[in-house]
Amino acid sequence: MKHITLPLQKEEIETLQAGEPVLLSGMMYTARDAAHKKLVEMIEKGERLPFDLHGASIYYVGPTPARENQVIGSAGPTTSSRMDPYVPLLAENGLKGMIGKGRRSKEVIDAIRKHQMVYFVCTGGAGALLSHCITSREVIAFPELLAEAVARIEVKDFPCFVGLDIHGNDIYDLED
Amino acid sequence: MKKIEVERISQSIERICGQIACVYDPDILASICKGRENESSPRSIAAMDTLVQNAQIAVEERIPICQDTGLAIVYLKIGQDVALTGGSLYEAVNRGVRNGYLGHFLRASSVDDPIYERKNTKDNTPAIIYTDIVDGDCVEVSVMAKGFGSENKSALKMLTPADGEQGVIDFVCDTVAKAGPNACPPFVIGVGVGGTFDSCAVMSKKALLRPISVSNPDERYADLENRLLEKINAMKIGPMGFGGNTTALKVQVEYAPTHIAGLPVAVNMCCHVCRHGSEVIE
Ligand code: SF4
Repeated sequence: MKHITLPLQKEEIETLQAGEPVLLSGMMYTARDAAHKKLVEMIEKGERLPFDLHGASIYYVGPTPARENQVIGSAGPTTSSRMDPYVPLLAENGLKGMIGKGRRSKEVIDAIRKHQMVYFVCTGGAGALLSHCITSREVIAFPELLAEAVARIEVKDFPCFVGLDIHGNDIYDLED
Repeated sequence: MKKIEVERISQSIERICGQIACVYDPDILASICKGRENESSPRSIAAMDTLVQNAQIAVEERIPICQDTGLAIVYLKIGQDVALTGGSLYEAVNRGVRNGYLGHFLRASSVDDPIYERKNTKDNTPAIIYTDIVDGDCVEVSVMAKGFGSENKSALKMLTPADGEQGVIDFVCDTVAKAGPNACPPFVIGVGVGGTFDSCAVMSKKALLRPISVSNPDERYADLENRLLEKINAMKIGPMGFGGNTTALKVQVEYAPTHIAGLPVAVNMCCHVCRHGSEVIE
């Protein structure tokens, strides 16, 4: 299986094909509905973002609280399409990777093609298993949003499939 | 008159919340395993295997099966020969949800206002509460923890009598097609038919409380459930939308009398993490 290191490299993104299984390792950020709204508002106001979007990957997740001996609680993907309206602006500001579940809008697919991005999908409702692949978590913005806060996480061998590649091929439309 | 302390209802809710978040209903898990044997493409097999492994880790390490531990919906069947004592019933219910979610490290997913502030209430309250007065002197407590990836894909339509069975089938299938990969298939699908606009929706959700090994006791509706399941699985949305044979595990149809002019139908989509549990307090 293909191993991918984050942050994503341009050359690597170009080799990815919709439908292929991959294991992600490295650093990504977590953000979902409320955080996306705030990030986009900050960009529109010209404010500095809490993390550097250039080359960054965002995982759409709102984990359950960690117990004492855990890095994170259950941490599977949430439905990506709710973040669709925010993607074009984030893409213009350097976002390269997205991790979630489900179909994306035409606008997102266009942004992926234009900015040579990639969308990974992982198994919805497998938060216990996926939590084992997260080795560190640090909240870096919007702690008041609780599970929806933005965190920097480190993952190791995080199992996904390529959902949308730079050509706009879609895992959900593959024939086999 | 028999007395039951509301605190016992609260404790029951707390226990059920903790249990259903981490432990699949055995019927559902068995159905996922059976579906796994029915898959042939590498991606759908991988998705089903992931679900089975995830179920094991969740039980062994007490990590929620899914991070969306849902909104809590509490159904109380209260025997009419019971006197509830020791304080407010609704406060007790919400205390049970609060203690269940905080005590078992579940996610607080409730916001106070749907449009404006959307401030997290921090303890997953308030619960959605339904009470039924029934015969007897017991209280049956059922809790459902409903994730919104699938809830968001639910739909209701006021059909007319002329639409008949075919209209119902078409609307259910259409709703499932629109849910597609986003609502975490394989699904369990609750369908309400009849009643009114509001009661039909309530019925479609209550249908999800029925164990998936049990069909509607009315043969015609049990047959409708089977035919719907066949049609839905023929859509080949498959596990996680990767294509394949297991789009749904079960379709649960409930019906009720309705108006001479109407045929309401509601479809409550639920993912494979179809969480509910019950206790009877005697
Ligand atoms: S739809 Fe179900 S399995 Fe998917 S994220 Fe929501 S609760 Fe979890």
